[in-house]
Amino acid sequence: MKELSLNILDIVENSTKAGATLVEISLQETNDTLTITVKDNGYGMSDETCKAALDPFYTTRTTRSVGMGIPLFKMMAEQTGGSLTLLSKSKQEYGDASGTIISALFYKNHIDFTPLGDVVSTILTLIQGHPETNFLYEHKSPEREVTLDTRELREVLGDVSLAKFEVVQWIKEYLNEQYSQDIS
Amino acid sequence: MKSLAELKAIKEKMQSKVVLREGGEEIRVVVGMATCGIAAGARPVLNAFVEGVNKENLTSKVSVSQTGCVGLCQYEPIVEVYESGKEKVTYVKMTEEKAAKVIEQHLKGGKIVAEYLVSEK
Repeated sequence: MKELSLNILDIVENSTKAGATLVEISLQETNDTLTITVKDNGYGMSDETCKAALDPFYTTRTTRSVGMGIPLFKMMAEQTGGSLTLLSKSKQEYGDASGTIISALFYKNHIDFTPLGDVVSTILTLIQGHPETNFLYEHKSPEREVTLDTRELREVLGDVSLAKFEVVQWIKEYLNEQYSQDIS
Repeated sequence: MKSLAELKAIKEKMQSKVVLREGGEEIRVVVGMATCGIAAGARPVLNAFVEGVNKENLTSKVSVSQTGCVGLCQYEPIVEVYESGKEKVTYVKMTEEKAAKVIEQHLKGGKIVAEYLVSEK
């Protein structure tokens, strides 16, 4: 992947496939670190599936649906000296409290750090492709804070889909405007 | 500053248009957005279709959506075009430029862009 924002897109696609109704995407930056956290309330994974999801070489017929997405994201974090953690509660064991949290720590000044890239495009692609899912997006850095909660937009929009082109364009401008503002 | 009032105005405009859109889309454009597709550059291709279809006022007959892995990872980004009564068309190794040509020739003009199909060789 050329941009971490593409990994975020890929990881969140797993959340939507897991039937999540709410996906929280959080980016926290300091001067030298970036922590990307994706939390969903989907049907989660058993401990065994979690293990499989992290290891690209651990594959059996029954875990065929587990792909390269998480191992790739983990490798990109680790190559900067960072790490990735995966926590999951499966629907079978935890019922309505099921869900998954993936958190990856990156060291931004490391030579192998992959730039974040066009994260706005990732958020728009997710909303356009999954208008029924709620997304809570937050990007905090020393320079600025950017937030988006599609639940607030849904309240205004009523039965008009979030996937409508005009709506997505509005969200794009809404995010870009926040990104162009500096706190300092 | 962008305000929610502005969004409300968009909503009202959209609601007045809803009736016109009830004809049902005849063409479905589906972009593969699994790990393989995303890594190969599917995100800008998807955006090119979404924006192009809107720019050309094709939204009443063309819908653009996302899918997972089609199983031809080496040919990603892959775009499938479904049209009622016709065979599915699969475009491979797509780019934003190729998307523009597919919109112009295929979605607007009804002619398949043969050079972007998977080669039989």
